Amino acid sequence: MEQNHLLTYLLLTPIAGSLLILFLKEENPKLIRWLGFLISIAAFIISLFVYFGFDASAADFQFQDKILWIKSLNVSYFVGVDGISLLLILLTTFLTPLTLLSSWKAIEKKVKMFTFMMLFLETGMIGVFMSLDMFLFYIFWEAMLIPMYFIIGIWGGEQRIYASVKFFIYTMFGSLLMLVAIIWLAVYASGPLGSFTTNLLDLYKVGPSVPREIQSWMFFAFLLSFAIKVPIFPLHTWLPDAHVQAPTAGSVILAGVLLKMGTYGILRFCLPLFPQSAVYYAPFISMLAIVGIIYGALVAMVQPDMKKLVAYSSVAHLGFVVLGIFAMTEEAVQGAVIQMINHGLSTGALFLLVGVIYERTHSREIAYYGGIAKLIPVYCAVLMITSLSSIGLPGLNGFIGEFLILLGSFKSSVLNSWWFTVFAASGVIFAAVYLLWMYQRVVFGTVKNPELQNKLTDMTARELIVIVPILIFIVWIGIYPSTFLDMTRLSTEKILRSVGSFTLSLVK
Amino acid sequence: MELSNLSHSLNLLLPELTLSIALLVLVLFDLIFHHDKKIISYVALIGLLATGFFVINQFSLSGFAFSTGNESYRNFGMITIDSFGSFFKLIVIVASVIIVFFSLSSDEIKKTSERIGEYYALIFGMILGMLFMISATDLILIYLSVELLSLSSYVLAGFTKLRERNSEASLKYMIYGSVSSGLMLFGISLVYGMTGTTNLYMINSLIQIPHLNLFTFSFAMILIFAGIGYKISSAPFHFWTPDVYEGAPITITAFLSVASKAAGFALLIRFVKITFVSYIDTSGFWQLIHVFDWKTLIVVISIFTMTLGNFSALWQDNLKRMLAYSSIAHAGYIMLGLAVLSNQGLTAMLIYFAVYLLMNLGAFLVVMLIANKINSEEIDDYDGLGYSSPFLAASLAIFLISLTGLPPTAGFIGKLYLFVALVDANMIGLAVVALLNTVVSLYYYVRVLKHMYLTKPETAIPEIKTSKPNTILVLVLLIPIFIFGIYFTPLVDLAKGCITILGL
Repeated sequence: MEQNHLLTYLLLTPIAGSLLILFLKEENPKLIRWLGFLISIAAFIISLFVYFGFDASAADFQFQDKILWIKSLNVSYFVGVDGISLLLILLTTFLTPLTLLSSWKAIEKKVKMFTFMMLFLETGMIGVFMSLDMFLFYIFWEAMLIPMYFIIGIWGGEQRIYASVKFFIYTMFGSLLMLVAIIWLAVYASGPLGSFTTNLLDLYKVGPSVPREIQSWMFFAFLLSFAIKVPIFPLHTWLPDAHVQAPTAGSVILAGVLLKMGTYGILRFCLPLFPQSAVYYAPFISMLAIVGIIYGALVAMVQPDMKKLVAYSSVAHLGFVVLGIFAMTEEAVQGAVIQMINHGLSTGALFLLVGVIYERTHSREIAYYGGIAKLIPVYCAVLMITSLSSIGLPGLNGFIGEFLILLGSFKSSVLNSWWFTVFAASGVIFAAVYLLWMYQRVVFGTVKNPELQNKLTDMTARELIVIVPILIFIVWIGIYPSTFLDMTRLSTEKILRSVGSFTLSLVK
Repeated sequence: MELSNLSHSLNLLLPELTLSIALLVLVLFDLIFHHDKKIISYVALIGLLATGFFVINQFSLSGFAFSTGNESYRNFGMITIDSFGSFFKLIVIVASVIIVFFSLSSDEIKKTSERIGEYYALIFGMILGMLFMISATDLILIYLSVELLSLSSYVLAGFTKLRERNSEASLKYMIYGSVSSGLMLFGISLVYGMTGTTNLYMINSLIQIPHLNLFTFSFAMILIFAGIGYKISSAPFHFWTPDVYEGAPITITAFLSVASKAAGFALLIRFVKITFVSYIDTSGFWQLIHVFDWKTLIVVISIFTMTLGNFSALWQDNLKRMLAYSSIAHAGYIMLGLAVLSNQGLTAMLIYFAVYLLMNLGAFLVVMLIANKINSEEIDDYDGLGYSSPFLAASLAIFLISLTGLPPTAGFIGKLYLFVALVDANMIGLAVVALLNTVVSLYYYVRVLKHMYLTKPETAIPEIKTSKPNTILVLVLLIPIFIFGIYFTPLVDLAKGCITILGL
């Protein structure tokens, strides 16, 4: 395949832009905001070029770009995308400009540093999704911790310091275990392949032949790092803190993209690298996913704080994604990928919407509001669509993902029990309960709180510009998901084939 | 001894000779130039650069100095020059040059400027001790060089006499030091009693005899290790470190934490390798003579050292003290490379040292520049520093992130190669212990970031302006951290070329 540097340009755009911003004067926040926004738009445009150049009828990694980096360790700068990673890259480049735009008013202090951190973060996220070299992947994976730490820690809420340190230490712990596993795998690969290598495509060939005993360890070392990021119950405790304390933009990116890196990692590494272990432990992990779905939903129900409610709903939604991945049927995995995008859009939008009224009233308490439908009708309509999408109403995006996951897990021979589907389906009902109940308490009824009258104003043009593109995609995926499903079909099949070929004997 | 042998030996010792001459010149100039003390710093600098020049010249050179000529008896001499030694010498010299620049801008040292000649003379004494420690292959010479280093550093630890803590540091250092060097000397005498020689190469061939009293021998090894362990501040010989590091002038603290540690490690590695390795197998693992279980000892000590260092650092509120504990922890990490007992482990150690030199000196430098202005090293006084003096704070943040070992900084590369060596030797358990330690260390390093960037200061602190030379010095340490974090092939190649330890 001919070399194509498009992905490299995509990677360089935000990082170069962030460095450019460092040289601007802090006294001119308007310029910084505009420049940051434009840089992220530029990245989005480049990612669109990738999208239009992408050939969905080929299962291989495309736009591969490879430069030998460290000769002694046989490490390369090696990037490429398949349907799954491309979709997630698009999600990243799509959400970043929107979050930057959404924080034009919310972030008033240290605008320069904020914009710098956001663009730096974007590079890390894009890099994670396109790396085809474990070493490169690890660098991007870790490099994201620092900007996120600062974004939560500097612009966050009252408990921001606690939340940011907790976030940092939790994720670092997981990723270091992964580092040891990566090194082990690379050293192991030097047996069959003849040299130490971190090239993912080569490791795919080696991973399944790792002895079972050790494979389980490797699998869990990787899984732990991803499970913390997802987060899979019971490793989720950092998430509510981080989400609630982060500024709106941070929450959106955290929910929209960062959590997806965990599920992406499972799909990209855990499954194809250690197929036997993945199949063997699939029921166990799916059980954790189910616990997460129900637990997240129940806890979300009793939250008095809107942002916390959305945060716990993330635990539940990501439970669906994990269930879908470990069901290992084509429908389920396709559904999981779509659900990743859905969650990024709906939950991202929910966080944005909570941020919109928080900017006006400085309160996220559900009890503080009530009857705002009469005051800010446009906002309430938007909130309605987003909530329904998050619930999984047919015709909106959430339905497609959840339906595919439920269907796939029902048929799954790996899970081999329809109880998983039954319990997961109950999660959908719970989601309807907590979101609609929240909506009812916030929006309907009479205005009890007199402060709301003066403080609440309807959405501004800028806020609408932020939210409308997300709504478009929410409806698009809901009505015509094929645009996205077609992109990921072959990639998913390929992953499942690699799992299947090694595990067929195990399943039967 | 023949004359040709002597000239050959002296030729090999050019760096040491240059340094000795520079030391004498320093003392002389101190007497002559009463009024303009500035010149002394320049003389020191020139002396160091000349020494460095000869060290670099020696990189391709190897040989034995002061051998008795009786080659058949494997008496290779007292001093061995090889690329491994040259690497560590270079580390020491580079650290020394940076310390001279440190001293030029340190307020503590400026207050005692009338004694600056003594100061540099003592530092040169230390360096001379280190250079000999790095290449000594005779127990007597080892002991003498350790003492030369120690005696100079005792004085320097209490040099400024500005605070009570200075004298406390000096005294504590001396008491601990005397005890451990006494133990070491006892160990040496036991070895001499059993083998009849003090030459490491001869000991190597003599301990292969079957009738060696293993108990006494092991006891002697532990005693000798005590002496070296004290120099590299490994647990349980580390108790002096926090007090001395906190009390000593910061230039000396930084110097001790890097150069003195490097020399100690070089000595330990050379001692273990020359004395105990029977052969090196094809995949680079050292096969030791089965008289003493170095592997277990080093594994246990390194786990102890890093765990203790990291957990103690968690509670420190004084940054200098925190860095002291962090340097103990790093000694533990570096020891992992020795525990592997392989060429790969050795390469990893060399890489780690080069990186450690940059980041640790960098951290101390910034702490010093900040202390010059706010007159405090307490972590609480760093509140809001990220905004009042962005350059210094950002630099410190990067040095600390590198010390944690996060990519894309050089610290990550150091850790990476250590982990690779460990995993390659199938010591995954040890790698996991090391990474759990890294998570612990993350907490206290990030705590500094938290104070600098996240905590609001109670009183507004003024901007700390850095002079141009200091800015350049910070950058000189900072930029390679990024370069080696991303493109580290040259560093790795250099380290790989420097693992020759003459003898096997």
